[in-house]
Amino acid sequence: MKRILVACGNGIATSTVVATKIRNYLADKGIQADTNQTRLTEVPGKVEGYDLLVTTGEFSGDRKGVPYVKGMSLLTGIGADKTLQEIADLLSD
Amino acid sequence: MVEIQYDKNLFFIQQKFADSTAALTFLSQQLITQGYAKPGYTEAILAREQVYPTGLPSAEPRVAIPHADSKLINKTTIAVATLQQPVAFHDMEEVKTTLDISMIIMLAIKEPHGQIEMLQSVVGIIQNTKLMHQIVGATSQDELYQLIMTNL
Repeated sequence: MKRILVACGNGIATSTVVATKIRNYLADKGIQADTNQTRLTEVPGKVEGYDLLVTTGEFSGDRKGVPYVKGMSLLTGIGADKTLQEIADLLSD
Repeated sequence: MVEIQYDKNLFFIQQKFADSTAALTFLSQQLITQGYAKPGYTEAILAREQVYPTGLPSAEPRVAIPHADSKLINKTTIAVATLQQPVAFHDMEEVKTTLDISMIIMLAIKEPHGQIEMLQSVVGIIQNTKLMHQIVGATSQDELYQLIMTNL
């Protein structure tokens, strides 16, 4: 089971959408993944041990070496397919 | 699951605002006055917009999705305003950049991480450029409400 941390401004709204889209996509691909949501400010304290970090919103904090993908395309639709493919590739390694 | 209550009285067409602060103040005050949000939601919305702006860099016409602390919400809903002239909001992803925003969908979310269907639908509307042009061009409150509700 892969673990993905999804972060947005207050961990309420946009991370919910992004996490759901990622879970649905990975399920279709046969990749088992679990998502947790958090606030961007809490990423440095929580991200350790995750397989992937996805954010909506500007993030420049410490991600403890965890692979990182920007999730904005999953909200706007522009480049969403590429982002989802990138996420699947990172989790398949 | 509790059904979400949408309220036509929270849908506003062709609004004129001097800036994003005026727009955010207006919509959050409507949520408070109509009982969906608690006093303090305006301040929370404005503070959040400063740190984590909510303009989305989608195809035009563009949308902002302001929202703040669930603790300040009584009932989940959305408040919508289309703008006569776009207003500048900062970009959620590139906060130093500003975007011309033509519609505001203010989210009032009672359950953190909840309301997945509503949020997915809102994002679906934002990604549907043809629908967005219809929404921004709506000339009556009824038309705006129907366009949104049939796609939620």
